[in-house]
Amino acid sequence: MISAGIDIGSITSKVVILDDGRIYGSKIGFTGYNAERAGSSIYNSLIEELGIKHENVNSIVATGYGRNSVQFADKTYTEILCHAAGAFYNNSDIRTIIDIGGQDSKVISLSADGNVKDFCMNDKCAAGTGRFLEVIARALEIDLENFARLSLQSGKPASISTTCTVFAESEVISLIAKGESRENIIAGIHDSVASRLSSMVYRVGLNPPVMMTGGVAKNSGLVKAIENRLGTGVLVPESAQINGALGAALLAAKQNYRQ
Amino acid sequence: MTEKSDNTKIRSVKRMKEIMTAYYIDAKTAGQNGKKVAWITSGGPVEPLIAMDVIPVYPENHSAMIGSTKMAIDLCEKAEAMGYSRDICSYARADIACATVNGGPIGGLPRPDFLVCCNNICGTVMKWYEVQARYFNVPLFIFDTPFIHTDFSQEARTYVVKQMEEYFIFLEEQCGKKFDRDKLKDVVKKSVEAQRLWKEVLATTKHNPAPMSAFDAFFHLGLIVTLRGTETVNDYYTELRDEMNERIQNGIGIIQEQKYRLLWDNLPLWYKTKWLSDTFASHNACLVADTYTSAWSFVIDMIDLDKPVESLAMAYSNVYINISIDRMYENLSTMITEWKADGLVLHSNRSCKPYSFGQYDTARRVSDEFGIPTLMLEADMLDGRLFNESQAQTRIDAFIELIRQRKGE
Ligand code: SF4
Repeated sequence: MISAGIDIGSITSKVVILDDGRIYGSKIGFTGYNAERAGSSIYNSLIEELGIKHENVNSIVATGYGRNSVQFADKTYTEILCHAAGAFYNNSDIRTIIDIGGQDSKVISLSADGNVKDFCMNDKCAAGTGRFLEVIARALEIDLENFARLSLQSGKPASISTTCTVFAESEVISLIAKGESRENIIAGIHDSVASRLSSMVYRVGLNPPVMMTGGVAKNSGLVKAIENRLGTGVLVPESAQINGALGAALLAAKQNYRQ
Repeated sequence: MTEKSDNTKIRSVKRMKEIMTAYYIDAKTAGQNGKKVAWITSGGPVEPLIAMDVIPVYPENHSAMIGSTKMAIDLCEKAEAMGYSRDICSYARADIACATVNGGPIGGLPRPDFLVCCNNICGTVMKWYEVQARYFNVPLFIFDTPFIHTDFSQEARTYVVKQMEEYFIFLEEQCGKKFDRDKLKDVVKKSVEAQRLWKEVLATTKHNPAPMSAFDAFFHLGLIVTLRGTETVNDYYTELRDEMNERIQNGIGIIQEQKYRLLWDNLPLWYKTKWLSDTFASHNACLVADTYTSAWSFVIDMIDLDKPVESLAMAYSNVYINISIDRMYENLSTMITEWKADGLVLHSNRSCKPYSFGQYDTARRVSDEFGIPTLMLEADMLDGRLFNESQAQTRIDAFIELIRQRKGE
């Protein structure tokens, strides 16, 4: 049985295809301004690459902020359930998930059977999200890819007092003007995001093991900052960025909508 | 073929609107009829005013109207331009700005002859009423009710009862006539009756399907706030209760195919009630009850008609947000059991700190004790700038998924 999960995020969209519950293929692309088109074009090019016909896909689940614009999905679920399913599939010991997305971040607590116990999402603000790191990267004129390496070289993380993206950007600019090193600034930024996220973790209750998902999880500097704040290790699965789509595909696999 | 009836229509709404219109006309023409107008906080002791024939006016109720008619953001911005911080309660901001421009849906409130402020709901009202007392240049009576952490001490009791007596003297001075204690007894009796009837109205939603929802309760609450102690209110709530019982008898629910029963904590989002009720209804979920409209009935048992002065003082001190989180939790957990709630929605209200404080602990306790999902919605009762529809949508969808998951659906 073939199932598909489509995760339309605010910045990137991801598609995962499962064959009898195992990952068969995945693809990531930019969402752009047309969420519906992004979903279908990434999905179509992936099934073509895999040599699968749309008619042979048994079920499709969409998730992410653009989930309702995926007209060809059989069902939609929120990111909460999908991230939980994806993380639990990767490691069934996981009790806490931190997901940093493009426009929001969330913390999910799981029970031993993989059900969602509670969740918490950041409020109406970009701080602590992928967008926040992008804005800072632009202000520093550094590629996001280099954030991890540079921050890990920092001797003394700068203190970033504000949590608002717009104000933090100007704070960073004034730190640059004062001659603060980029390494310390980036480490400071990571710490400010980590502080925000860890308070969300404490809201649902810190229950190790903790897993981090979402594209931002590739940033090992940030992961380290979060580990320091939480005082516990944070696992990052290989499939961190496609975790939501993976979960959606897993939920899709539970149901054969088009026998 | 008969036309399909609209179950969301509650007949009594029409009557309620008439009563509120008549009330505001009375208040706005009070001066011409030789009557005095007092502005009073929603949790303030209103019975002595009614006993003295003073028309009570509630800026908070008026602010809620400003919110429902989506006029709040303009007024909040106006207050901010006047120098008031965005962090101040939006009821206060809307009212302070409205007074200067006679804005809002009814062209402003009638000018007060004096103000009565009871701080049993929050500390904001003290400064807010001081601002208005200066603006209108009228006397202000402050009724101070100490916060109840655990027990209400004898000293605190003596202190509030003494203020009740001072309040009567203040009213005698303002109205130029003797305070009528017999009349007070009669008013208190009616007020208790109103609260009892209101409790009965709210209790009808324990039934499945619920004949009305908390969104309806937010609307019908208007009378218990503004006119308790008068016959009109009691007649109205009797009529409303009977209508609800009739709906129960005919199996009429307020939403189609109600499957999930939810409780709401804190004030409503006045500018978003329709969207929220439609969104929940689209998931077959009904907000069957809430702590806010029930707050009026949590204290009725404290009122002893033979000792109106002492017991009023007690009841007003023990209102829902003047008590510790532990005691609030007792009320809430009783409601969860009695209304058989499948989930709890908590509105973390940026404006109302005393109501929102402790909600994370409350949510945790509820999920530990009852195992039901909880949802925290961060918003504001008036200031729509603090609400994001698409984020709320995702949270609500996920919350309902958890309820379904728990029920094994
Ligand atoms: S802070 Fe809360 S209790 Fe006080 S006036 Fe505002 S809404 Fe009412």
